[in-house]
Amino acid sequence: MSYLKNVKKGMRFKDMFNYLIIVVMLVVPLLIGVFDNLPRSSSGLLAQMAYSILLAVSLNLVVGFLGELSLGHAGFMCVGAYIGCYLAKELYDVIDSKLLVLIISMLVGGLVAAVFGFIIGLPALRLKGDYLAIVTLAFGEIVRTIFKNLPTFGAALGLSTKKYGNDLYIVALVVVLISLFLIQNIIRSKHGRAITAIRDNEIAAKAMGINITYYKLFVFVFAAFFAGIAGVIYGSYVTPVVYSFFSFNYSIEILVMVVLGGMGNITGSIISAVFITYLNFTLQTQLSGDLAALRYLVYAIILIVVVIFNNAPALKSVRERFSISNLFRSKKKNNPSKQYSDTNRWDVVTTKIPMDEVLTTDVKQEDPYKPDKKEKGGK
Amino acid sequence: MADYVLETKNLGISFGGLKAAQDVNLKIKKGQIYGLIGPNGAGKTTVFNLLTGVYKPTTGTFFLDGEELNGKTQETINHKGIARTFQNIRLFNNMSVIRNVLVGLHNQPEFKCNPFVSMLKLPKHYSTEERMRDKAKEILRIFDLYEERNNLACNLPYGKQRKLEIARALATNPKLLLLDEPAAGMNPHETQELMDTVRFLRDNFDITILLIEHDLKFVSGLCDEITVLNFGTVLCQGKVDDALNDPEVVKAYIGG
Repeated sequence: MSYLKNVKKGMRFKDMFNYLIIVVMLVVPLLIGVFDNLPRSSSGLLAQMAYSILLAVSLNLVVGFLGELSLGHAGFMCVGAYIGCYLAKELYDVIDSKLLVLIISMLVGGLVAAVFGFIIGLPALRLKGDYLAIVTLAFGEIVRTIFKNLPTFGAALGLSTKKYGNDLYIVALVVVLISLFLIQNIIRSKHGRAITAIRDNEIAAKAMGINITYYKLFVFVFAAFFAGIAGVIYGSYVTPVVYSFFSFNYSIEILVMVVLGGMGNITGSIISAVFITYLNFTLQTQLSGDLAALRYLVYAIILIVVVIFNNAPALKSVRERFSISNLFRSKKKNNPSKQYSDTNRWDVVTTKIPMDEVLTTDVKQEDPYKPDKKEKGGK
Repeated sequence: MADYVLETKNLGISFGGLKAAQDVNLKIKKGQIYGLIGPNGAGKTTVFNLLTGVYKPTTGTFFLDGEELNGKTQETINHKGIARTFQNIRLFNNMSVIRNVLVGLHNQPEFKCNPFVSMLKLPKHYSTEERMRDKAKEILRIFDLYEERNNLACNLPYGKQRKLEIARALATNPKLLLLDEPAAGMNPHETQELMDTVRFLRDNFDITILLIEHDLKFVSGLCDEITVLNFGTVLCQGKVDDALNDPEVVKAYIGG
């Protein structure tokens, strides 16, 4: 009983909102499917969105929460896709249930990617900033070149996989839901605190006795695991799995999702992953023939507009008026004195204390920030 | 040897040809408040960095409670019981006050919690978090920061940031607390308050304190013994009054 109470107390609106997004993405198409046949393209789009979300959220762990720039996320996805799908192909002969095969291959693909994350992370995380970015970038390129040259995995033609079918999106979104549960729980725990502490001030975190190597490696492996799973979902959706998909460009696209949604903001990552996937999908289908050349141009323009809208100081008031979080936030929570430090908005620093008061060196007997002292006296 | 909480033996480090610290011998008894003073660039912070494992000493070694900690990593040294604050404040600025302290509590054996337990939110996760919060609140009350617990650390006034840094260091449950210029930039009122807090810590927490400070009033009002450093070497050691009146020390400070 007390456990349930704790669960209720520990629930955060923000986390719940993220689950809600995924559940809506899952339930609405299912309802449509009851009355009418869901178009094949829609279910495909949903599966694409699912693995994009998984990639964006897991990269956000590394870039947003740990604060290390990794450009090799597609590499981990590549490992997961090749290994998982190869296994799935073999397993289809042995096991009848295709769901079971998919689950096993996802787990194995994720684990192998995690092992790669560990192997790469061990030396790479001793580097900082740009150097780490370069090493991870190189890793991504090396991995796909290796798979390109392995005849077992179809060499340059790619690994022909067995498509899972139209209802892949259901499994994929459930997997996303479970992954979100794990990721958000770890972020809200003492371990998440240690990770954000490393991002905030590595020297101080070290002096507080936090094992930096352990946590960096942990996040790296954790993120690689989910990237691997995303790879298996990708492989079950597209056939053949070709090495050229996992290029540097794709790593950057994942990074764009993270940056667009906001570093350290999981809701943002989800929304921007959905948005970018949708954008890519529509541009690909709508612009045909000669207009196809315009695709990347339109894509780039939309991204630039979004980034400007998100970050330009001049548009701040517009942004605040139309902010989604304002719709849900009660007035009580808007009170700055009640505001929590929010890992989701690390770039915005709430100022409760007026600056001139901080800068004065006068001796103050009374603490001005005790809110209800005067009221009590009045009564 | 066990009489001393901290004992250093010929501790020294040189960067290239520069001997930043040389033959530093400290013997700090349990429950003492020990001062380390000296002109700018005398190597005081270097000694702190040696004691916390930021630098590995090139000569000599040091013992905490008779256990040699020379060459250990920063994390291990912190686990063994040396915690520090920084000369230029290094808080986790984008975290709330209470979370800063919670990070300090992270490594306490009583709050151990496997990442997989947290991931699945098993009952142990909740009980650990709750006990950690209670403990953090207790520490914040001592430092009179309880009311500000949900503010961002960077929004605190300077004096309170200093206090929070000490609170965070204290949360790691140290045997020896190293304070690097705790009173720097504080007004007289805040300095007085800090002196009371440091005494309170010594009396109630069973810890030993080693502090660097330029404010000689602060040092003489608080410390039992001091060591004066100049150019990386020990000028003088002993009771505060004796040391401060030593002609060598006067010469180093005022020039002769």
